[in-house]
Amino acid sequence: MPRTPTAEALAEAVLRGERRALARLITRVENRTTDAQDALATLHPHTGHAYVVGVTGAPGTGKSTLVNVLTRALRERGQTVGIIAVDPTSPFSGGAVLGDRIRMGDLVGDRGVFIRSMANRGSLGGLAATTGDVARVLDAAGFDVVVIETVGAGQSEVEIAGTAHTTLVVEAPGLGDDVQAIKAGILEIADVLVVNKADRPGVEHTVRALQAMLSLGHRLRTVGHHGQRMAVEETSAPPEYDFWDVPIVQTVAISGEGIAELVDALERHRAYLRQSGDWHARERARVTAELRARLQETLWERLLEERGAEALSAAVEQVLARELAPQQAVRALLNGR
Amino acid sequence: MSESKIRVLIAKPGLDGHDRGAKVIARALRDAGMEVIYTGLRQTPEMIAEAALQEDVDVVGLSILSGAHMALVPRVKQLLEAEGLGDVLLLVGGIIPDEDVPKLRELGVSAVFGPGTNTQEIVEHIRAALQRETS
Ligand SMILES: Nc1nc2c(ncn2[C@@H]2O[C@H](COP(=O)(O)OP(=O)(O)OP(=O)(O)O)[C@@H](O)[C@H]2O)c(=O)[nH]1
Ligand SMILES: [Mg+2]
Repeated sequence: MPRTPTAEALAEAVLRGERRALARLITRVENRTTDAQDALATLHPHTGHAYVVGVTGAPGTGKSTLVNVLTRALRERGQTVGIIAVDPTSPFSGGAVLGDRIRMGDLVGDRGVFIRSMANRGSLGGLAATTGDVARVLDAAGFDVVVIETVGAGQSEVEIAGTAHTTLVVEAPGLGDDVQAIKAGILEIADVLVVNKADRPGVEHTVRALQAMLSLGHRLRTVGHHGQRMAVEETSAPPEYDFWDVPIVQTVAISGEGIAELVDALERHRAYLRQSGDWHARERARVTAELRARLQETLWERLLEERGAEALSAAVEQVLARELAPQQAVRALLNGR
Repeated sequence: MSESKIRVLIAKPGLDGHDRGAKVIARALRDAGMEVIYTGLRQTPEMIAEAALQEDVDVVGLSILSGAHMALVPRVKQLLEAEGLGDVLLLVGGIIPDEDVPKLRELGVSAVFGPGTNTQEIVEHIRAALQRETS
């Protein structure tokens, strides 16, 4: 292969199973080069095989350690695993220290595993803007499972739910009173709740608090309905729907305790997604959201290109001078006046 | 839209259990706008080469305090070459006797940085070697 192969050539090599090409193509995708977009198009027909699992939760709850043992367990069941571990970019320098691999030492030397660290490059939501694309590259490369570890999340980092088939929310005892670290927003995206560090004191308390939260304000269960993912009250839902009861699984990631139960919970959720139609509903919702975002970006760029940045600033001035209402300014820009 | 970052793997091969220096370098490179993959203590040469491949790094920095550099560095270099990563910029930091520095350079190490090196010097070396002004 030439020293600087085209992204297209890299995509072909990825389909042949070449790991270095896979790593290099991921870099192009992260950098959003123009030729990477063509390579993604080449790979698209080869995607759709991988089961995508998201792992999110507050900083230090043990997400990376959990990914390490979970991957080992999946490998024992014969599945190959691609891992994406996202850490934050420093807003001051644009650089990042990516440290999730430290916990994944057990996976070294196994060609059925590929680990890639990503900086979020300023994206909010717990992922990088290109994490979904990188997951698709790993999918096309043939990995059975793609595991995505998000940035240590507080509450608004819920983008993973739109990317993964199954989202694990990881909690640990001793992070503060009454599961403070787990905010409502993040609880709602959980398909499986993991209470890690179950060797620590206070684990019963954490489990009870989560149970209470699940059965109180959050007794919402998701169902697939006309291609929409929606939450319904238990009592108001028609009985013919398949329900998913969010399980709480206790684990000790440093010893591997509880991991078999976690893998079982994942398999049950995967089967549920298939049976309920929620698998396709989630894929459809994801593609809809993606097309919408890409269209918005493209239309915005096209408008700027056609009208020029000056036209936009002129419109801003007119709105500030009260000559035009914002609505009128938009119409004028669209009509090219 | 397109932006590229210098990607650096900082690894600590060998058995000494002390990584303060490596962490200081990792942070300094981050502050210079680079993306630094930090892999922690007691990395084998095999682990380092595999991480360098998967992470598609431009630079591998080895922090070695144990005195085992003349065994570890050639092995890392050899494995990198076997993976097709011969072009990756290889740096060594730590306690390296003066007489070993030319030997390491001959092995393909781009620079050796002793304790107390100004981190800015390392940043500048990387940028110059990769011929990229900005990160
Ligand atoms: N006691 C105990 N410690 C654990 C367990 N799981 C992880 N740890 C420790 O918790 C610390 C943090 O673990 P990580 O896996 O790095 O946590 P993380 O959620 O990935 O952290 P960030 O990526 O920084 O958000 C490490 O020191 C782990 O060894 C566990 O089950 N029990
Ligand atoms: Mg982590």
